[in-house]
Amino acid sequence: MTHHLAILQVVLPLIAAPICSLINHSKACWLFATTVAWLVFAMSLSLFLEVQTGGSIRYEIGGWQPPWGIEYHIDALAAFVLLLVSAMAAITLSAFQRSIAIEIPKHKQGLFYTAFLLCLTGLLGIVATADAFNIFVFLEISSLSAYALIALGRDRRALTASFEYLIMGTIGATFILIGIGLLYMQTGTLNIADLQARIPEISHLHSVHAAFAFFTIGIFLKLALFPLHHWLPGAYAYAPSAVSTFLAATATKVALYLLYRVFYTVFGFEFSFEVLQLHYILMPLSILAIVISSLNAIFQQDVKKMLAYSSLGQIGYMTLGISLLSDVGLIASILHLFNHAFIKGALFMTMACFLFRTPSMRLDDLNGAGRTMPWVGMAFVLGGLGLIGIPLTSGFISKWFLVSAVIEQGHWWLVAIIVFSSLLALIYVWRVVEHLFFREPSAALVANKQPIGALLPFTWIVLLSTLYFGINSDFPVQAAKAAAKVLQ
Amino acid sequence: MLSGLYNYWIAILLMAIGFYIVIAHNNLFTKMIGLNIFQTSVFILFISMGKVDGGTAPILSDAYTVYSNPLPHVLILTAIVVSVATTAVGLALIVNINRRYKTLDEHEIEQQELDQE
Repeated sequence: MTHHLAILQVVLPLIAAPICSLINHSKACWLFATTVAWLVFAMSLSLFLEVQTGGSIRYEIGGWQPPWGIEYHIDALAAFVLLLVSAMAAITLSAFQRSIAIEIPKHKQGLFYTAFLLCLTGLLGIVATADAFNIFVFLEISSLSAYALIALGRDRRALTASFEYLIMGTIGATFILIGIGLLYMQTGTLNIADLQARIPEISHLHSVHAAFAFFTIGIFLKLALFPLHHWLPGAYAYAPSAVSTFLAATATKVALYLLYRVFYTVFGFEFSFEVLQLHYILMPLSILAIVISSLNAIFQQDVKKMLAYSSLGQIGYMTLGISLLSDVGLIASILHLFNHAFIKGALFMTMACFLFRTPSMRLDDLNGAGRTMPWVGMAFVLGGLGLIGIPLTSGFISKWFLVSAVIEQGHWWLVAIIVFSSLLALIYVWRVVEHLFFREPSAALVANKQPIGALLPFTWIVLLSTLYFGINSDFPVQAAKAAAKVLQ
Repeated sequence: MLSGLYNYWIAILLMAIGFYIVIAHNNLFTKMIGLNIFQTSVFILFISMGKVDGGTAPILSDAYTVYSNPLPHVLILTAIVVSVATTAVGLALIVNINRRYKTLDEHEIEQQELDQE
């Protein structure tokens, strides 16, 4: 029975989504979607435990043997990312009921949950499948629902941000499709394990090189790696709070998973990094992402936009880990993927808490909000410390791994860049803290006693988990090590 | 080189045209059309690779011995569905953008957003 979970956790939200649109009643839909999300989480947890003890799970859909049939493959890396995505979905849905009820027009709330479940389906599918074309389909399922979710933001700029994301996202996905087509042309297979076995024989062909180039650009677009990041800040800043939280914690992480899969598993380490030397592109772009995005974050007036720019910098850390070409670097990358998802999720959740009482997310509107809402203010400070990478937070653990990987390779100048960008993070976090605690709150803010509801305890749960993983980092470190082993 | 692979040249040409329209035009609607051309070129790429000269559809009969590969066609059926969905979402966004900005010109929208800030 348990091996059916590999497909069930993708199919369950897929079937639940249209049912949700039929229910079309805000509260009932929320209850239904949240139950589904927790069920999916339970499934991915049991998959994770099974992969830890019994090795990777292969599932043949409809009993058709691969490479003819579509195969799902859950290994240590996939199980880890599935756990992360499903956990964030379950937490987001549980926490945001009131926030969604306020931010989204009443008649659209049922459809909101439908799109959310579809987005979850897509993200889980990308991770679970071992079929190249299936990846494209799930990529588009998750992206299309994400465009719709982002466009539900109250600000009209949400529409233009969503449109820009649609254009860039479609170009990225189509590039990936071209890459898949070129590989299929040369190998006659779409199964990833089969591709992996066949590519070394034909790796001298120009069409394989072209496929590699198309994959690279397509994935960089989806990953929002500098300089292909322009769609991301607007999309995260103007989306409804629940959507910003979920996408910031999962969407780019799944794109990063795709990067590992394509470059390590499909093309193989030797071809990607020794023959075509991808790290010569990846490292400079990562450094530029880290420095320029952190600088950009400092000058933002909108805090959600600031957090989005900070995300771009953090993506730079993850790709920097890959470009070091060492085991420790890869572990640091996977570890940061996990830790940053929780930290950024918690930070976006604090912003959602503030939005209950402040008119917008602009710095001036947040004046003194930390004083009138001390628990939320405290949560932001702790999350901010994690973002900077202060010891005892999980952000420190992954940065520590990254710095040791950098030193191992003898790149001392990179240590300087990482420390410099952490200082930049200190500046942009401090700017917000200053407005939250050291400015007088407006009379309207003091008078506003709108209850925050379940969002606050959930914010603290996510936050305390990042502190726990900062002190006792066994679980994420072991899981990241097991995941990195799969890729070698 | 040119004549034997002419279908690929057409795909590349369409790809370039579609991509150019997406990048160079300011009207959101035109961009959407460009995106469609770009996606269609990839469909042609897939379908041409499945074609075998003189091949028919895979029908089990003694009269036919050469078959074209049907798999790329099936893949593209899915990709067409995806493309239709993308166009639908894109057009829905365009309608709403037009409603709230009263224009579809990228520069004018940018100007209005700057004024808003």
